[in-house]
Amino acid sequence: MPLAASDVRYVEPPTMGLWEKLYLPAIFEGLGTTMRQMLKPAVTQQFPEQEPKLPAHFRGVHRLNRDEQGRVKCVACYLCSTACPAHCIDIVAAPSPWTDREKYPETFVIDELRCIYCGMCEEACPVDAIELTTLYDLTGLSRQEMLFDKEKLLSVFDQTTTAGTDPARTGRGRLGPASEKTADVRLPNPQ
Amino acid sequence: MDWLTHPLVAAFLLGVLVLVVVPGVCSYLIFLERKIAAWVQKRHGPNRVGPWGLFQPIADGLKFVLKEQVVPDHVNKILYFAAPSIAVLTTLLAFAVVPFGPTTDRPNEFSWVVAPNVDVGILFIFAIGSLAVYAIILGGWASNNKYSFIGALRSSAQVISYEIPLGMAVLGVLMICGSLNLEKIIHHQAQGFFSWNIWFQPLAFLVFMTAALAENNRLPFDLPECEQELIGGFHTEYSAMKFGMFFLGEYTHMITVSFLLVILFFGGWHFPWIAEMAPQTVGSVAVKFMVLFAKVGVAIVFIMLIRWTLPRFRFDQLMGLAWKVLIPLSLANLLAAMVVKHFGLSLWVLTAANVGLFFVPAWLASQPLGVVRRKVQRLESGELGVVEPLYAD
Repeated sequence: MPLAASDVRYVEPPTMGLWEKLYLPAIFEGLGTTMRQMLKPAVTQQFPEQEPKLPAHFRGVHRLNRDEQGRVKCVACYLCSTACPAHCIDIVAAPSPWTDREKYPETFVIDELRCIYCGMCEEACPVDAIELTTLYDLTGLSRQEMLFDKEKLLSVFDQTTTAGTDPARTGRGRLGPASEKTADVRLPNPQ
Repeated sequence: MDWLTHPLVAAFLLGVLVLVVVPGVCSYLIFLERKIAAWVQKRHGPNRVGPWGLFQPIADGLKFVLKEQVVPDHVNKILYFAAPSIAVLTTLLAFAVVPFGPTTDRPNEFSWVVAPNVDVGILFIFAIGSLAVYAIILGGWASNNKYSFIGALRSSAQVISYEIPLGMAVLGVLMICGSLNLEKIIHHQAQGFFSWNIWFQPLAFLVFMTAALAENNRLPFDLPECEQELIGGFHTEYSAMKFGMFFLGEYTHMITVSFLLVILFFGGWHFPWIAEMAPQTVGSVAVKFMVLFAKVGVAIVFIMLIRWTLPRFRFDQLMGLAWKVLIPLSLANLLAAMVVKHFGLSLWVLTAANVGLFFVPAWLASQPLGVVRRKVQRLESGELGVVEPLYAD
């Protein structure tokens, strides 16, 4: 189909004036920008000396939360290990020694090397027992060392609570019997 | 102490001095480059080894020496080993005729240049300097790696193209000074502040500077080794000290080019009132050294800043710049210098010619060609009838 001449839009390339065609002014302008940047203070964080302050929703090492009496909040429902896409959570449930819940985890092991830090375990948890903290410098000399057991995960809770670096989702709404005791101090539910 | 000033002994001692000092200076230039790069990008740069990272070059040097020498199976061994040696050899050899300190035209005084009074001085530097491309081409070829080879091919085309404007830009200076001898070029400019060649040859300075950057494979003309496209280009397959030697060659070349810039256009060691053509004393020699090194330092820092200011050229733009801009401009400048010398005009006429040559082509280039606009007018007047579509649906 022939195209009518009136339908064709021709666009002139933007013309460069004498000033632009000299090139040198633009180069000096660029040099000026370069030098201005040089005078600005560096934004680098000097890592080992200067620890970064990570946002509270950073997903680092897991922790197992305690309730007010210092007991593990976990009710061994296996929802986290079911939700885990990396299958890195291993729980052995046992009858609870306490009256307010049926089960508790006899062992609770997370393979920190296998974990992909997606945060689906903390989303799955009905009692707010597992959370990802802002601890990021995770090192170990062997694979065995990186299997974090219940005591280790509870100690991460103690460590982060004393340091005041609780994760962002700590205490969000009423979740279940093991979480209920702290319901009064919770943040208002967005709903 | 008379034997010390015997030409052969002096040349040997100065040669040893250059061989010892230049690699050290090169490693600290790399450090400076990394620092400047860091500051421009609002980083700190190397600051772990020693105070403010000052021992970083030493650590780098040790690393180069101690690292495993990986020689890939598929390389051409002889050429592979020859290439880095050529890179260092040619650049250090070119330094032989560069006056890196005060020079004098009095016969009984000392000139700080390894090979004094070489009457083909600048020609020697260009001849040796252009051999440096062998290092890149052989390195790329012997590596038996297509990216290295692309880098080497680009380099050969680039260096050959940019040698023409590089040489022609200098011809005007040589005509003014009437000598190829670098010391005589300095002495000619040492008559006063307004006998520096930059006043009469500003355009030649621009052309020389641009061509020197390209000759040096510095950004914005570092196509032979552009990291993003060619993974380092010609030195991809080199490791440890052989890679270090390519670096050494590159930075020595940069030093030589900066010395040349200062010597050809900015009066070498000369500076009005504080460093003049007077009989040498210890103090005046020290001042002349400082003046020269300050000028060279400014040139080097400028080259490094340019690296972080201008993006890399595309290859066709690179060639276009050499053949369509720099060569015609330097030819016209050469013509102007010939006219001025032939008719014995004041050198300031040459300045005017240079400024004119700078502005007039830019003004011509800024005039709209109007090809598209004329076509549109003809279309709208119906002169061309109906336009057929380029691509049928």
